[in-house]
Amino acid sequence: MKLHPPLVHGDDKINRDILRPLFETSWRWWALFGLCLTGFGAGFVTWMWMLGAGMWVTGLHRPVMWGVFIANFVFWVGLSHSGTLISAILRLAKADWRRPITRAAEAMTVFTVLMAAQFPLIHLGRTWFFYYIIPYVNQREMWGNFRSPLAWDLMAILTYLSGSLIYLYLPTVPDFAIARDYATTPVRKKLFTMLALGWRGTRKEWHRMNLAILMLAVLVLPVAVSVHTIVSWDFAMALAPQWHTTIFGPYFVLGAIYSGMALVVTLTVLIRWAFKWEDYITPFHLDKLSKIMLVAAILWTYLWCGDYLITWYGRLPEEKVIIDIKNGGPFFWHQLTMMLANTIVAIPMLAFKKVRTSPWALMFLTIFINVGMWLERYLIAVPTLVQKGPSYTWTTYSPTWVELMMSIYPFAGFVMLYVLFVKMAPFISIWEIREDRVAEAYKTMGQAKLRAIVAE
Amino acid sequence: MADLMTATHEAAHGAAHGAAQGAAAAPYEGAGSPYRWGMSVDLDRCTGCGACVVACHAENNLPIAGPIDTDEGRSVDWMRVERYWEGHYPEITAHFVPVMCQHCTNAPCEPVCPVFATYHTPEGLNGMVYNRCIGTQYCQNNDPYNVRFFNWFEAALNFPEPLANQLNPDVTVRSRGVMEKCTFCVHRIRDVAADAKAEGRLVEDGEIDTACAQSCSANVITFGNLLDPHSKVSKAVASARRFRLLEGLGTEPVVYYLKGGQA
Repeated sequence: MKLHPPLVHGDDKINRDILRPLFETSWRWWALFGLCLTGFGAGFVTWMWMLGAGMWVTGLHRPVMWGVFIANFVFWVGLSHSGTLISAILRLAKADWRRPITRAAEAMTVFTVLMAAQFPLIHLGRTWFFYYIIPYVNQREMWGNFRSPLAWDLMAILTYLSGSLIYLYLPTVPDFAIARDYATTPVRKKLFTMLALGWRGTRKEWHRMNLAILMLAVLVLPVAVSVHTIVSWDFAMALAPQWHTTIFGPYFVLGAIYSGMALVVTLTVLIRWAFKWEDYITPFHLDKLSKIMLVAAILWTYLWCGDYLITWYGRLPEEKVIIDIKNGGPFFWHQLTMMLANTIVAIPMLAFKKVRTSPWALMFLTIFINVGMWLERYLIAVPTLVQKGPSYTWTTYSPTWVELMMSIYPFAGFVMLYVLFVKMAPFISIWEIREDRVAEAYKTMGQAKLRAIVAE
Repeated sequence: MADLMTATHEAAHGAAHGAAQGAAAAPYEGAGSPYRWGMSVDLDRCTGCGACVVACHAENNLPIAGPIDTDEGRSVDWMRVERYWEGHYPEITAHFVPVMCQHCTNAPCEPVCPVFATYHTPEGLNGMVYNRCIGTQYCQNNDPYNVRFFNWFEAALNFPEPLANQLNPDVTVRSRGVMEKCTFCVHRIRDVAADAKAEGRLVEDGEIDTACAQSCSANVITFGNLLDPHSKVSKAVASARRFRLLEGLGTEPVVYYLKGGQA
């Protein structure tokens, strides 16, 4: 490895270990990137083709106006949750085990929101007029309708995206400075110099940054909770059976934390394996993450049962027909798979420490959980619309290849942005790891062995 | 659904004896318009012939859908005649329910539109602004009657030559990607109301007829001003047979259905 002699002091091994992916690119990276680019490009071309052809190329028809596109939207917004939310909670709680994971989680939030935010546009009938929703000044004095949950969505998602972006960038600045000092080629040097914002590491700078991170963490928490609550209101504010329920706010937030945690674990395991960072991300961290996931799983199951029990017991005819098609009709397999993935398999498995600490078992389990969570979103959006209103208009819904392509699109796009990010920024927060190592260190003073730094 | 409609029907019967009797002609609060358009549909008279559907298609430039698109649920029928069977052969009865936009006073489709493409006019119509619509399709999801329609295809595909020659010049041809629905033939209302205003008078009862009401040979559909206590529709709506679709949802439609005798 040819690295410029470090200009910064500190543990050179950590710097080199974590900066390695920034300066060395293997053929595997190119293969993965190419694969994702292909999937992303194919999805993008499909989208553009659909814009030209019209929405009839999808499986949507009256009264099923929201299908896979909206399921994808809710799913990707949900995935975004755990990143910023968990990172902010753990920072505020001063949980030291968070250190190697936060950066990956925060980046996940930004990229999943970027993918999610495209779906409301994808499913519009006239995408080219999407800006009508934005309250901009115009000579016709037309404004958006602030009573509409879709207008709230726009504001919530944009706020969340900008907040998460700053929250991702701010703690990366000192790491960009380290990358700047290690960079050898002029292009990289210039890039990291720009990104580091002239960081020198003075006491004042550290103080200000820590304060800013703390404030952002406090501010971003309510935004994170509100985003998925507002997404749930897209459904809960509607006068449709199974949607019109007050439990949707907390239910969506918990589902989001659940699926987001599952994705964090999947990514953590894969990154740990790909970059051989076993020293930094240990089974101890996976165990902690899995415990949060277990709590989310139990709470999610509780709320799901609460919602189900009340509608089943209420026996409103409109609601009953929808419960019936989930319990025994065309959506039976969807619901069964969802319950298997999210509750019946996940909760007992996560209860064992053996599973919680073995990376590969966790990876397969978390992927299964996210399959279940996608189905959950599909089950919220579609069955209601299939049998809503007068029975004369009841119908069925089956997605076409367009919807399949548009489901591959965000996956490929997300992984593509993620692998690009690996090359752009230190993927584990170097300064936070070093801070932890220093704090964990002991010094001998005479006969006594004391911690080097005493936390407040 | 049939059960549900009978239930609402019975509920309306019970309520008809009480204070709800005069509610039909109650002014639309805050509107400040002398008009409140409404409709009554006498189900006891309906034969299910479908003339209203055809008239609506011809009047309002509804896109033409072939058998495949209709089968896929992509046809546009602002007016439809729902048919429900009751009993088993040979003791079987057909019920016909002509359903169009109910122009609800508390329309669930209106608040969910993020761009005000659908809104309530002072005359109590549920208006639709095609130019403003961006096609979120949320209004149809929130519409309990499923009477809103999305334009899946280009207008040129909907009206291949020479069919474009039969289009009604008073009605917009909708472009792809916007929602549409029954307007209570708003172009006819505007036409007559403008003349009346020029002559310094109010629109008289019977001056305006919607295409469906005009074409109905059994006089099922009556259209008129609900604020005028002497109009035909106000008298029809005062009947003890009246009920409204899915009344329990509180959407307050201005389309009143009449049903009393056995079909």
